[in-house]
This record gives sequence, C-alpha cells and structure tokens, in this order.
Amino acid sequence: MRIRIDHETRYHYDAPVRGVSQVLRLKPRPHDGQHIVSWRVDVDVDGRLRESEDAFGNRILRLSAEGPLEEITLSVAGEVETQDTAGMLSGQPERLPPEVYTRQTPLTELTPALEAFAGDAVSGVDDRLDQLHALLGAVHQQVVYDTRSTTVATSAIEAFTQGRGVCQDLAHIFIACARHVGAPARYVSGHLARADGVIEQEASHAWAEALVPGLGWVGFDPANGGCPSERHVRVACGFDYLSAAPVRGSRIGGGAERLSVRLVVSPQPMMQNQSAALGPAQLSQAQG
Amino acid sequence: MTAAFDEMFGAEGQVDGAPRSAYAALDKWMKASPPEFFDARRRQAELFFRRIGITFAVYGEAESHERLIPFDIVPRIISGKEWRRLEQGLIQRAAVLNAFLQDVYGPGECVKAGIIPAGLVYGNSQYRVEMTRIRPPHDIYVHILGADLVRVGEDQFYVLEDNARTPSGVSYMLENREVMMRLFPELFARHRVAPVETYTDSLLATLRSVAPEGSSKDATAVVLTPGPYNSAFYEHSFLADKMGVELVEGSDLFVQDARVFMRTTEGPRRVDVIYRRVDDDFLDPLTFKPDSALGVPGLMAAYEAGAVTVVNAVGAGVADDKAVYTYMPDLVRFYTGKEAILPNVPTWRCRETDALAYVLDHLPELVVKEVNGSGGYGMLVGPTATRSEIEVFAHKLKTDPEGFIAQPTLALSTCPTFTEKGLQPRHVDLRPFVLTGSDQVRVTPGGLTRVALTEGSLVVNSSQGGGTKDTWVLDD
Amino acid sequence: MLSRTADSLYWLARYVERADFLARILDAAMRMASLPAGDGADGAEWDSAIAISDQREAFVAAYGAADEQSVRRFLAFDHANPSSIRSCLSNARNNARAVRTALTSEVWEAVNDAWNQFNLMDEKGMDMQAFARFIEWTKAAARSFDGAVHRTQLRNDGYAFLRLGAAIERADNTARILDVKYHMLLPASEPVGGGLDYFQWSTILREVSAHTAYRWVYRESIKPWLVADLLILNRQMPRSLASCSADITGQLDQLGQAYGRRGAAQRAATATLGRLTSLRIEQIFQSGLHEFVTAFIDENARLSNVIAEQYLM
Repeated sequence: MRIRIDHETRYHYDAPVRGVSQVLRLKPRPHDGQHIVSWRVDVDVDGRLRESEDAFGNRILRLSAEGPLEEITLSVAGEVETQDTAGMLSGQPERLPPEVYTRQTPLTELTPALEAFAGDAVSGVDDRLDQLHALLGAVHQQVVYDTRSTTVATSAIEAFTQGRGVCQDLAHIFIACARHVGAPARYVSGHLARADGVIEQEASHAWAEALVPGLGWVGFDPANGGCPSERHVRVACGFDYLSAAPVRGSRIGGGAERLSVRLVVSPQPMMQNQSAALGPAQLSQAQG
Repeated sequence: MTAAFDEMFGAEGQVDGAPRSAYAALDKWMKASPPEFFDARRRQAELFFRRIGITFAVYGEAESHERLIPFDIVPRIISGKEWRRLEQGLIQRAAVLNAFLQDVYGPGECVKAGIIPAGLVYGNSQYRVEMTRIRPPHDIYVHILGADLVRVGEDQFYVLEDNARTPSGVSYMLENREVMMRLFPELFARHRVAPVETYTDSLLATLRSVAPEGSSKDATAVVLTPGPYNSAFYEHSFLADKMGVELVEGSDLFVQDARVFMRTTEGPRRVDVIYRRVDDDFLDPLTFKPDSALGVPGLMAAYEAGAVTVVNAVGAGVADDKAVYTYMPDLVRFYTGKEAILPNVPTWRCRETDALAYVLDHLPELVVKEVNGSGGYGMLVGPTATRSEIEVFAHKLKTDPEGFIAQPTLALSTCPTFTEKGLQPRHVDLRPFVLTGSDQVRVTPGGLTRVALTEGSLVVNSSQGGGTKDTWVLDD
Repeated sequence: MLSRTADSLYWLARYVERADFLARILDAAMRMASLPAGDGADGAEWDSAIAISDQREAFVAAYGAADEQSVRRFLAFDHANPSSIRSCLSNARNNARAVRTALTSEVWEAVNDAWNQFNLMDEKGMDMQAFARFIEWTKAAARSFDGAVHRTQLRNDGYAFLRLGAAIERADNTARILDVKYHMLLPASEPVGGGLDYFQWSTILREVSAHTAYRWVYRESIKPWLVADLLILNRQMPRSLASCSADITGQLDQLGQAYGRRGAAQRAATATLGRLTSLRIEQIFQSGLHEFVTAFIDENARLSNVIAEQYLM
C-alpha cells in the first residue's frame, strides 16, 4: 500500500521564547515491509538542524533555535510503500541487546492487579507467541479506547486502573504485561492509514513490539487488537512513549505553550480535502 | 557472634590491653592524658563542627541540627603497610570497574563469555543505552570511586560496596582532619600522618586530565549541583570552593552547536569538564526525565559529540549495582587474569534458586540488602531483627527474589570511641576515594571512617545514627 | 563570574535597599499620623505611603481602605505582598544563600541575622512604640548590611553588582517619592509657611534622611524647588537621582574596564548621568516635574533591564 503522510505540529508561545531545543523522531527507517518513497521534515525557524541517530537506531533531528520566537512549525511530508509482513519486523538494524527491553520504566511499572491481569491472560499458554496474542486480546478487550481520559504522561498503571486510554496507553499496558511474563518488549510510534477511510487524524499512532524466539521482533497493536499490517507506518521505537516520542523539547522562557497538530494519513492515490485539526497537547516543558 | 577485631587492640580486643603497633603512640598519649582533657577537647570539637555546622545549617534550614554528623575524636589508624595493600586493591578495583563499563557499553565480552548474565547488565535500569553511542573522553567512566571497605581481622579487608555514581562524604574526610589538627597538634607531632588535604588538588588535576581532546591544558571544569536544597550541597560548594572552580546549577549551563557553555557576566564561557553531583535521570531533560529542571537540555548531544566530559560518566551506575557487585571477583579475573586483591564479602544472590532457599533458611544469621537500596534502608540485619521483621523480609524475598542479595553478618572491626559510658569499642567501616585520571590514578591516603555509635550496631550510615572519625594512614 | 551569581548579588542589594525604604515610608507616615489633626495630619498619610510603595492595586484588593493597621500590616509583614519588609528580607536572604561563597561571612551574617531576628518578632503584640522600634531595627539592619559590604567585600565585579543593585533601587525609591508628592513641589502650590506644609516638607525630607542636609546645603528656609533640586540634581545628597546615577555609571565603568568591554548598559547609564548633570531645576519645572519624574522611573527600569541582559542572564 502506498501511504502519504502530511503532519504539521505547531507550537505557539504566549510570550516569545528565548530559545528552543528539540529532539525530533519524525523520520522513519525502511524495513522489509516499508519502503520510503520520499520523506521531508521542515522547520520554519532559523536554527540548527542536525541529523543523527539515537541508541535505539531511530533517525533523529536535533533542532536548536534562538529566540525571540513566537511560533515553531514542524512539517513532515512523506510517502511510503508498505507490505503486510504478518507483524514481523525484519531488515531493520538492531543496535541494542534484546535484554535492554526487559526492564520496566516508570510508564510501564505494574501493580499487583496488573500483574494478576497479565498472569491470568497467559495462564495455561506455553508458547511465547501464543502468550503475546493472548495478552493482545486481553488488553484490547479490557481497556476501552477513549481519547479524553489520559494524557501523554499517563502510566500503564493509571490507564489500566481507569480502564480507558488511547493507543499509547494500550501499548504501555501491553508492554508492561509482556515484560512481566518475560518477553522483551518495546514501544513503537508511527502512523496508521485507517481502514474506515477517515484520513484526518488527531494524533499519530502507537503500538508495541515483542521479541519472539525464532521469529524476532513482532508487532502487536492493542488499540486495534491485531498485528500491524500494511496500514501501519513505523517511525520510531523505544522503551516507552518517552524514549520514542516524536518530539521532545525544552525552551527558555515563553509562558504558556499551545500546540496544534494537523495530521493527514492517506492511502494513495486517493486524494481528499485536507483541513486543520486540533490535537491534544504533546510533550514539551518549559525551562528557566 | 564472636568478638570483633579491634582496630586498636587487635583480635583479643580489650580496652585496657596492649595496643597494636600503629596505635602504640596514641595509646601512650591517651593514657597519659587526664579524662578531663578529653572532655574539654570533645566539647571543643563540637564547637568547631557547630561553627562549620553553621555552614551546614545555612543550607539545611530548620533541620540543621540533624545534619551535624557526630564526630569522634579518637582517630582510626592504618599502618603504612596495611595501606599499601589496600591501595593496590583499590587501584585494581577501579581499573576493573572501568574495564567493565567500557565493555558493557561496547562489545559486551563479559556477557558473551558468560561471566555475568545479560539480563542483569542490560536489563538494569542503570544501564543507559545512550552510552552505547558515546565513548567518554579517555575511555574513563569511574573517575571518582568511593569503595566501602570493612575489616574483620588482622589482614582481612572486604569490599562491601562500590560507589561509582557520585560517591559523597569526602568533605567530611577533609573537615575531620582539619578539626583534629586544630584540636591535637601535639598528636600530629608524634605521628607521621599522610596528608589528605591534597585531595582537592588531586581532584582538580584529575578533572583537567580527562578533558576532551583538544581542550587547553587548564581546561574549564565546573561542579554541577542540584542546588542549595540538596542535602549534600555543602559538599558541592566546599569542593568547588577548594578547587577554585564554579559551582553551577543546570540553568547556568547551556548547549550550543553541541558544545557546553556557562552563562557568565563576561558572556558565554566554554565548559570542558562537568563534575556533576546530579543523577543521570536529571542530567538532560531531552534524554532522561523530561520534567527535570536540574539538568541541561542537549547535554547528552554535546557528550556524544565528544565536546564535554561528564564525571562520573553517565551510566556508571550499572557497575555499582549490588547484584553486579556479586560478580566482581569473576570480573576481576576476567579482565586482569588475577585474583581480586580486595575480596568481596561472600554473597548469596537470591535470584538463584539454591541461594534463595539457603537465605530463607538462615535469615536470622544474615544481612539481606535490597539490590537497589542505599543509605542503610531496605535492609535486614538478621541477628538484631525481631521475628516479625524477619517474616516480613521472608515474604519480600519470595515475591521479588531478584531484588535482594544476602551476606553473612560480618563482625565488623571496632575502634575505641567516646560514648556516654566512656571509651567503648564501636563498629567502623572505611570509604577511601580513588581518582582515575588520564595521567594517573590517585588514591588519597585515608578516607572516611564511619562509626556505628549505638552499642552493637553494624549500621554506620549517618542517616541511621552513624558518626565519623578522622582516618590516619601512617607514613611508616 | 556566573551570571546567576551576579544576579543574586544585584537582587540581594536591591531587596535590602527596598526594605530600608519601606521602613522610611512607614516612619514618615507614622510621624504624620501622630500629629494632632489640623496640625499636619490630614488622614492621607497612609494612603500616600501605599502610593509611594507602588502597590496600590494589590493593597486595595486585599485590604480596601488605608489606615494605620492595614498599611503597617501590608508594607511590613504581609507574606502576600512581594514588596513588604518581610518579603524583601526573605528574598534578600535567599539570594544571599544562593551565593554564600561569594559573600564575606560578615555580609552573610548581616543578612541571615536580619531574617532570623525578623522571624522572632511578634507582629500581633506590637504597639505603636514597639512598631517604631521595629522601623528603627529595619533601618539598622540595612545599615549593618551596607557597612559589612563596605568594610569587608572584595572590590571586584561582585562588589560592583551589589552597588549597582542598591543604586538602581535607591534611584527608583527617590523618584517614587517625588512622583507621589510632586504636586507639593510645584511653585504654584500654596505659599510655604503653613503648619501643614511644613510637616509635609519635613515628611519628604525625612523619607530620604535629608532634613539636616537641606539646611547644610541651602542655608535657607524650606522652598519647594530647592527640595526638588536636592532630591534630583544635588550630587552631595546620596539619595538624589544624580548621585544614584553617578554611582551606577561608576560601577558600570568599573565592570566595563574589568571585562574589557562596554555595552548598552554603559551607554544608557552615561546618557542619563549626562542629562542629569547638565539640567537645572528651573528647566525641569518648566517642562513639567511630573513628566520628568515619570520618564526617569521608566528610564531607570529600562536601565535595570539592560544591565540584566548584558550581565545577569
């Protein structure tokens, strides 16, 4: 499937900021199920933009710009060609030993209730892949998809306790449980070309990958209850949302920050009217 | 428990017995001095410390009194011969910790060779994946090592714990010596005590020696503190002051073009070496905790570019993890081909089934520690624990065996200490400091002796009622 | 030196200076209030104290009408007022603590003792006399700080930032008195000589410790334009705008020399000083005293910002 992504993230500061530095994880890597036809990241301020890679192997851009700035817009325009790989990831460099993905992070810690949930989900299942599918089903069923109950800082515990959350929260819960039952697991951020034809989206997508002996890394999308397909565009991975976040930034001064996101993920060649959409606040903090 | 080895009187530890040779002159002098003399000097010492303590109080606000750590005027003395062996052991230890870190952030040979389980290293929360892309200048990770040593017999020293992140306490070592020299100048005339005052010069030399390639000879080093509200702020400002370098907070630094600068009244000034007393988690909000205001956004990018040295290196914490500690004898053998000069305390890893079973059976005899605990908290001292405390710990062990290690209850050596009941033996440990630079390794002769002031107690941490003593290494 | 260190030194001195100034305003208001009605007190002295402190809005929101109790509370003890004596002493101490190693122990102790002693005071049980002692104590604490700085601090850049903070704050304070009382200084106002006027004049002079100075300098009975001259242009008078401006310029020159670089702060300070040196009081009155003072307050605030941009951040 050919998928086009137009993604614009705009930060507006109530008072001009003196300086901004950001780490952008907005550029995908190719893998066997994903060919990058074209990809551009543009920033509308004068500043330095350095391309690099992080420890997880993600392509990153480091942006630093001096103020006064009232607004910054990050624009992504890209096109990829995808293939269904039954969720299996290959042709992607693995920089880290898989054991690093066994640790829990503050966003994926478990309570006894969550541990019990994970234990119940896999009880009587021996095969690792079957266990992960059992978990996938359990998380998908247990947690209601709801865009209003959580934020980017919500932990697996909080989302599980509420029983509600977005793709990020479901991914965290799945990862927490997978690690708890012994599978190395990681967080993936990316995009989803929706099957219902809706192309304007409020936020990007997230799912999980877990390591299965003999198969390697396999994707699990608990928000959709299945494995990632040719509709998924994989952009970055990490321990959790924080280490795979599309944008992490800090700024000096500037008062309150408002964020607007416009995201259009459209299967090609269909073209539709593109208009602005407001999304939830993304991760960003003030400094100084 | 058998009687402990006494630093002053040896294995047969009697306060009125014959002293070991390093203590002979002290013993003679103490016996010749009337008790009132010591009472007066102890009061004087307290005054001195209260005055320094005013400095503590400045930062400690209302709880200032709790921050005065009790000081005992009887020095702990180590003979030159004993010290030379300790020194060799410490240098070996520091070298192995560095080799280990360089290895696990690089090729991972120790894991591949099966010396240590991969999960223990890579799954450790202190293992910072960012460091797989960063080679610290001069390949040094643990520039400042504080090793906690205990003694159980004439020639038996053990390493109880390594502190490879930001070991603290060195200001006490220096202040204790200063106070002792003011109180007992005559004692220093009778002994040849190796100086510790050189520590801050050595530290500055070490920091400058590890500056990135291309820095000038007098590279700019700074001490990075979390700020005046941190409990160790006194030490941060003390060290910056003695070294004559700036004491900076995160907001004083900024990163531009992957280089670190500090904001000064004369404009931005390049920083080459950061002696940080801020934990990894708070160092760079773009990489670690996003809400940290204590760090410097972009610092890790500058570090990755090789433009700044962070002391100790980010990610050094994986080397002083209590679970990794248990593999140190194997790691020493692996990296040096030799046995450890300073052995570990024998340790059961509760993650291993057999060990766990043994530990659960012998809890009343053992000391059980949390792998990630520190400061003497989260610890069970079997012989002094109540039955219910033991039951609580047994439960914890069963639910989270990986989180604990256990050790035999060691008869830590004692040292005569002034107490309400007069001069009494009290258990002590020793934290010497090892500085590893690109030019040389510097071990300050001495260290911080911590003393458990409560009779029979083995917990020397200041947060748990411990005090300190001056530590003398004799030039004999 | 670190910009943060310089910033703390600058604000340390500003806050101590402001605490002293607040004590002076309260002192003057109390003296006015203690006079028999018609003999000087017109009931507006408390209002005027609030006006000079430049906190009228916050005051009215919190207390409503100005009377002795409310003004005492607001200007001396109120936690919520960022410009109360309490807040000033507390902020001074926090700044001092942050740069403890850049201060001599004498300077540190002066600030720390002031704060500790302040905390031992019993605001509730304070009668008129006790409050008067408190005012004197506050002024003495500020003098003790100034003295410690003068006698013990190294004459380096840190010293210059302490002096700069004090001089900027002091210039602002004198200008604010002039701004609130300017109408009294206009030659067109009531002929001088009545009891009310006499006490009003005394009040102004007292607020800036210039009662005796006036007679030394002018050897005349009190004349409004001479009072204005004393407070604005007279270089012998340490609180005059010209004196403060000379002090600011001198300290900035020192910094420019020490750092080998002059900048916007030096240019702005020199310009202000030049203007104050060439002006005569008649010219000021001709073009409007009120306009002059208002413009000076803005200029002084801008200078503070320029200093901050050049050195403190």
